[in-house]
Amino acid sequence: MSQIFHRSANTIARVSIFGAVFVIAGLLGLSDEINRSPWVTQARVAREQPIQFSHERHVAGNGLDCRYCHTSVEDSSFAGIPPTKTCMNCHSQIFSASPYLEPVRESFRSDRAIQWTRVHDLPDFVYFNHSIHVNKGVGCTTCHGQVDRMPLMWQEKSLQMEWCLDCHRNPERYVRPRSAVFSVDYAPPANQLELGAKLVADYHIQRLTSCSTCHR
Amino acid sequence: MKPVWRTLDELAGDPAFLDRLHNEFPSEVEAITDPVARRTFLKLMGASMALAGVTACTRQPAEKIVPFVRQPEDLVPGKPMFYSTAMTLGGVATGLLVESHEGRPTKIEGNTLHPGSLGASDVFAQAAVLGLYDPDRSQTLTNVGEIRPWSAFLGTIRAALTAQQPLQGAGLRILTESVSSPTLAAQIRDLLVRFPAARWHQWDPAGRANTRAGARLAFGEYVEVQYRFDRADVILSLDADFLASGPGALRYARDFSARRRPENADRMNRLYALESMPAATGAKADHRLPIRPSEVAAVARAIAAAAGVRAAAGAAAASPAHQKWIAAVAKDLLAHRGSSLVVAGDDLPAPVHALAHAINEALGNVGRTVVYTAPVEAEPVDQIQSLRDLTAEMAAGKVDTLLIVGGNPVYTAPADIALAAALGQVPLRVHLSLYDDETSALCHWQIPEAHFLEAWSDARGYDGTVSIVQPLIAPLYNGRSAHELLAALSDRPERSGYDILREFWSRGGVQAASDPARLKAATNAAVRPAAPAAGASRSTAVSSPAAAPPITPAFESTWRRWLHDGVMPGTALAAKSVSVRAAALEPGPAPSGGGLEIVFRNDPAVLDGRFANNGWLQELPKPITRLTWDNAVIVSPATAARLRLGTDPAASGGEHGQVVSAVVELRYRGRTVRGTVFPVPGHPDECATVHLGYGRSRAGQLGTGAGFNAGAIRTSDAMGFGSGLELVATGDSYSLACTQYHHLMEGRGMIRAVTRDEFVRDPKLVHEGFEAPPRTLTMYPDVKYEGYKWGMAIDVNSCIGCNACVVGCQAENNIPVIGKDQVLRGREMHWIRVDSYYRGPADNPETYFQPVPCMQCENAPCEVVCPVGATAHSDEGLNDMVYNRCVGTRYCSNNCPYKVRRFNFLLYQDWNTPSFKLQRNPDVSVRSRGVMEKCTYCVQRINAVKIDTEKQDRRATDGEIKTACQQVCPADAIVFGDLNDPDSRVAKLQAEVRNYALLAELNTRPRTTYLAAVRNVNPELES
Repeated sequence: MSQIFHRSANTIARVSIFGAVFVIAGLLGLSDEINRSPWVTQARVAREQPIQFSHERHVAGNGLDCRYCHTSVEDSSFAGIPPTKTCMNCHSQIFSASPYLEPVRESFRSDRAIQWTRVHDLPDFVYFNHSIHVNKGVGCTTCHGQVDRMPLMWQEKSLQMEWCLDCHRNPERYVRPRSAVFSVDYAPPANQLELGAKLVADYHIQRLTSCSTCHR
Repeated sequence: MKPVWRTLDELAGDPAFLDRLHNEFPSEVEAITDPVARRTFLKLMGASMALAGVTACTRQPAEKIVPFVRQPEDLVPGKPMFYSTAMTLGGVATGLLVESHEGRPTKIEGNTLHPGSLGASDVFAQAAVLGLYDPDRSQTLTNVGEIRPWSAFLGTIRAALTAQQPLQGAGLRILTESVSSPTLAAQIRDLLVRFPAARWHQWDPAGRANTRAGARLAFGEYVEVQYRFDRADVILSLDADFLASGPGALRYARDFSARRRPENADRMNRLYALESMPAATGAKADHRLPIRPSEVAAVARAIAAAAGVRAAAGAAAASPAHQKWIAAVAKDLLAHRGSSLVVAGDDLPAPVHALAHAINEALGNVGRTVVYTAPVEAEPVDQIQSLRDLTAEMAAGKVDTLLIVGGNPVYTAPADIALAAALGQVPLRVHLSLYDDETSALCHWQIPEAHFLEAWSDARGYDGTVSIVQPLIAPLYNGRSAHELLAALSDRPERSGYDILREFWSRGGVQAASDPARLKAATNAAVRPAAPAAGASRSTAVSSPAAAPPITPAFESTWRRWLHDGVMPGTALAAKSVSVRAAALEPGPAPSGGGLEIVFRNDPAVLDGRFANNGWLQELPKPITRLTWDNAVIVSPATAARLRLGTDPAASGGEHGQVVSAVVELRYRGRTVRGTVFPVPGHPDECATVHLGYGRSRAGQLGTGAGFNAGAIRTSDAMGFGSGLELVATGDSYSLACTQYHHLMEGRGMIRAVTRDEFVRDPKLVHEGFEAPPRTLTMYPDVKYEGYKWGMAIDVNSCIGCNACVVGCQAENNIPVIGKDQVLRGREMHWIRVDSYYRGPADNPETYFQPVPCMQCENAPCEVVCPVGATAHSDEGLNDMVYNRCVGTRYCSNNCPYKVRRFNFLLYQDWNTPSFKLQRNPDVSVRSRGVMEKCTYCVQRINAVKIDTEKQDRRATDGEIKTACQQVCPADAIVFGDLNDPDSRVAKLQAEVRNYALLAELNTRPRTTYLAAVRNVNPELES
């Protein structure tokens, strides 16, 4: 009885079995790459907002402190989005007739809130608390990037769990003195690891990597 | 030690039942052994596996952030606020502290400053927040089914009042529940001043008609009885469930359990209980005597005679079976003159209450363990008579306008009072209520009532302390409070509840609050400074600016203090001296025999039916019976056997939660109703207990149709119990969802109990026969827990099995309601359950309660079997559950020896009803289908306190973190804290000799441990 398969079938089988390993590895690598890409994480993608509010203008231009608007950042899990009243504190005087700010005035008149698009959106099973990070010497710009150079807000980091854990495992690489937490100009010194280790000791910073630290 | 058992079948050792125990998931056993079903199962599994990954491929939708336009000053988004308020039940308030997240009340706690709470709360308070968001609440004001505006109602009622003016209100009737609100009472009295011929009737099925009548019989006037369990050494309960129901129960449970610590053996109290339907108090009793309620009077009389009550001497002797018991109890009571206490149950007739008062007086307990004060209720009346009178007048056509303010009298009225028929004779009927219920259906106007979390009011606690009821949220459905409805009948119909309340208290209410007599006098004068002749000055009063209350700065600060504290200082009622009239102790007619005896009780979960549509309460395994979603005809095992009625838990194919039981027809005084028989150990023989509050026809999605209406055979002359019941088998059977059969632990030593004398002699006796393996017996390296090391100690000796922890946990941790069908499959989701155990003979066993949350094992069997690392140990020893990682293999649950893990077999959470979204705790993930969940020691609370203390650079102090179950516990049975702190309460408790771990022999090293029960038995009665 003659052979059903040609002799080359052996080679084809070997190559395809061997090749399949690379194809699968490649696919896994690709899905991993996609998963980390801005297409999924939305990192560095500026969001459209109902009012094209510029952090660059208000922070770098006018020198506003983060806490003027984000009032609860030191006390609460949520940093706080300013009520319309906060906008009107200044804008009832400055640019009070600008058509650009009409939605703000409209909100103030009608008592209807401005609906901002959320930029930093953690999954609902993650319980992040701003106040403890700020109190332990994690600067605003460490996670949020150079907000003073963002005309429209975007999310600087991936906000993926590996990114959280990087700091939770090695806080000394990122912490800064409490006095500099709200500084947008702060640049980590050359001896960051040395300073970081000291701050970790001084501020009693723990390496919290238990699941329930963030997931409840 | 005697063996401990959980169900009658276990005690009997039925082989079919024992066989069933070995199936973890009995409902699926057939599917696994049947080859065809198995193949289908594998096919489905394969398809599910293939698709499982795809479900994760969702991108988060874009979310909006909606800030305030003008942010309220004190509100910090992300931080909860707490407001004090009070919940009224049967006219008596319990002080509460309610957690609010951005304006949404989410969780209720007891108010530590309130004498009736001391920080604890009961199942009804815990579940009230779900009641607030119940989508079945009445949402619109209707007139015979048509939606109408409030102004239309105002027009109608004003016209009716105008018509009543010449008649002095002769056709005007108001029917309320028990009222302790000084403001509401003042409003009603004000109305009665203007309409002198109008009448105020009261009917409250949750009230205490017999207690009230008993005090009147004994003393010739209405007085309030308060007990001081902290001073009582020997307590006799005459079918009273003082630990778990009625006013002051939370306080009584706290005081009682504080005197039960065997470490202070000399201070340990002793409780004797005569009891019909087994309840918490009988379970905690050192000596319990099952007795039909009709026999209690004879026993009480015999004890009274022995205790030296002269008028009771020479009474008909109690049954010889009880003689030994009576002699021993009387001796013990006499040995503790001034520190003993006799408590009569709310369902016993007035003469028994009079006897209890007489015994307390003879023993010198008055002023020590029993305190009499003026009544807490504003206007105590004989409510049955009040309802009877109203019905008679209505039937006679004498009533033109009837206002039913709260309550559901058409459903709750006794069967022989034909309220529903008489209502038809009233031309204008108005019903203010939370639900469009049976009464609303027979009324012209249905006005949605504001929930107590939505309205301003005030009320008195069990000792008279006044609390302001403060709303947490604006009425969701434009509901009105009773104050606002009454205001509609007054000169100023559009006043808000807030204004009414402030006006009352700013005008002399403050000084008068502590003195009810002055209050009564003051209210008439205060609210209507110059009471004009009826009908004369409506227009002047409305337009007069002088009517506005003078709010002084001093009042403003006092008012704020009241709101903050939740109590008005100094408003507790003063003790009153009264003495028992000898005439009150005349022996009544001997109970007429014949047939079985029937006992009517409010249901421990839905009460008189008012909570019938509350899923948390419906699904709550009721104390002792552990039934959910149903009531039953509860009989003793012996009676069930005699009547050849009974349950067959194995008949259903072995499902854990299903008890198939015989349906019987209850024939009683010419009325019949069908119910399901359920034998309960410890129930007296020849007697059946039925719980009210079921069989509702218009309760809402959950309450309608559940159970049977026992009220349909209750008559007004025998509200608590009566004889002449006939149980007739129908041949039908019915499935009851009973969680007592879930999670059986195969007879291992779960409960350890000794007597006080044994404990004093040899405290180590509790560990006899149990062995814990040495710490070295493990393959895993020993973990050192730096920082915090969380642990919990649960005192089995204190636990009264009230279930408050179960509902508290459900509210705190967003635990879903699954429905009867799923409970029948053994899938209930409660993270903490209260197991009950029995020891001794089935006719009168000792009963023990054991709350079981996750043990947070150090060597956790669940962790090692999880294939995806969804359950892992934290640095502080918590057994973390990561919902977002869980793929639902259920291996962890299989491997958990304590059976504390719960699986979302279906999408149990209601993700669609908008109002339920408001209720959820934002600090806890809402779990979806296919996810395992379990107790986390309220890790959200731990983390919240840890974040706060870290910011202050300090450690959390002992007691700063309270788990939800600990916080609600009235008996102080659950203590949580840091085991690394040797001074913490939990560390001290775990160091006590009584401390034992559940299933310690498995070397799981649970962080939750138990303290053994110690009973203070009377050696004379120990057989």
